Amino acid sequence: MPPDDAPGKNAREIPIKVLRYRSEIDREPVLQTYRVPFTDDMSVLQGLQYIKDHLDGTLSFRWSCRMAICGSCGMMIAGEPKLACMTVLRDFYPGPLTIEPLAHFPIERDLVITVGGFVKKIESIYPYLIPKTRRRLDEGEYLQTPLQLARYESFSDCINCMLCYAACPQFAENPDFIGPGAMALLQRYNGDSRDGAQNKRMELVHTDNGAWSCTAVGYCSEVCPKLVDPANAVNQNKTRSALDYFLRFLVRRADASAGSSGGAA
Amino acid sequence: MKRSPAPIFWLLFGAGGMLAALIGPALLVITGIAAPFAIGISPGFMSFERVAAVAHHPLGKLVLFGIITLFFWHGAERVYLTLRDMHVGGKVALMQLCYGGAAALTMVTVLALVAIGFH
Amino acid sequence: MSRGRPYVRPVEPYWWAHPPYLAYTLREVTGVAVAGYALILLAGLIALARGEAHYVAWLNFLKSPWSLVLHIVLLAGLIAHVWTWFRIMPKTMPRLSLGGSIMPQTLISAAGLVLAAVTFITILLLAEWVRP
Repeated sequence: MPPDDAPGKNAREIPIKVLRYRSEIDREPVLQTYRVPFTDDMSVLQGLQYIKDHLDGTLSFRWSCRMAICGSCGMMIAGEPKLACMTVLRDFYPGPLTIEPLAHFPIERDLVITVGGFVKKIESIYPYLIPKTRRRLDEGEYLQTPLQLARYESFSDCINCMLCYAACPQFAENPDFIGPGAMALLQRYNGDSRDGAQNKRMELVHTDNGAWSCTAVGYCSEVCPKLVDPANAVNQNKTRSALDYFLRFLVRRADASAGSSGGAA
Repeated sequence: MKRSPAPIFWLLFGAGGMLAALIGPALLVITGIAAPFAIGISPGFMSFERVAAVAHHPLGKLVLFGIITLFFWHGAERVYLTLRDMHVGGKVALMQLCYGGAAALTMVTVLALVAIGFH
Repeated sequence: MSRGRPYVRPVEPYWWAHPPYLAYTLREVTGVAVAGYALILLAGLIALARGEAHYVAWLNFLKSPWSLVLHIVLLAGLIAHVWTWFRIMPKTMPRLSLGGSIMPQTLISAAGLVLAAVTFITILLLAEWVRP
């Protein structure tokens, strides 16, 4: 990485329009344009960092790893939900490039959105393994074949970047929809052969805010930077929930959740 | 936690959609294009006698009922969700319109099949 | 640190009409073609119940140019339904295995489309072989 992060004299320039919002001075968000010199290797994130370092220190945005694994820098880039670190400025030349905060979330400040609701959702789905049968330490590990792993592996790749929520029009209409990211995490556990708490999680799936807010638009899986395929997580649970709706009276299931007294139907 | 009633309509939508995908185009080509214009199909294919014979038979009634009503329930779910996307009306009003409409058309189908008789 | 006023952006009311959602809306509209064709069949059933004269009138409608145009439009809708149906179908299925690894979704879609093509041809052939 070169020590001077400002592009040289011969760099091209792209106008970047950023949706600003500072609650102490703005009644509503407003676009502000910056002229950003860039080289072909620069990401949109580096463009934003150039603005903050050289043009306007008040610009606020989240970022961390700059290599598409932390999930911090999700934003609307030319109208599409993308990770800023994984998108390059040269693709939008000559511009202007419009950058807005991630869609369908309240704006805290500039490109920073409120994530609390999403965090509560992923906390609500029992995001931990509850084994079917407990094994003592001397019994060794919970074993799993590569195929059993493959059945849920993509769902474990989620980096909680929330691009899928920005893509989902049903989440835009209903913020209480548990949403693609939380459902992917839910299916990561329900699809894990070692887990025995499927029924606990299915209670959330069966509701109007569970799988049934989804209309299979599929855009969530298209925008996912880690190929998690949240659309599959949600929609395979529609099938599961629908079959359960009618078959639940035939089969009484044993729930593996420790400490549960059986609960309501 | 309250279960959604959506599975009822989703399964009907799914059954209708699968049936429509597998037999819809062929059925439409036969009844709407090939038979009326006698293209590759004998002219009397959909004559009153032949179709009435099918509709009189209990199995024929079941098949006709299945195809027609499942196609309606498939369309009803899609129209309901699309009208909701378009904010054409409230959720309850749209459910009454779409599912109520499909239910009404189901009743009409039953009445027509009964009126056709069994002999 | 003071808590600001988070700004909630209003939902775009015509989101369903713009890319990337327009394709999804068009897919859903194919359901109208399915229901529309069923209405034609129901009309025939009602005509049948009312007697031969009404049924012949329905048959005569089927022979009209308007009916042909209508059926061609509905057929286009049905074919679009078949295509989009099997494209989305794998999303509703759990991950299946095929020879030790996960079955690709494209394979499931292709299998469905092949099945639809087979049933299409089979039904047409069956109809062609029926003699009065």
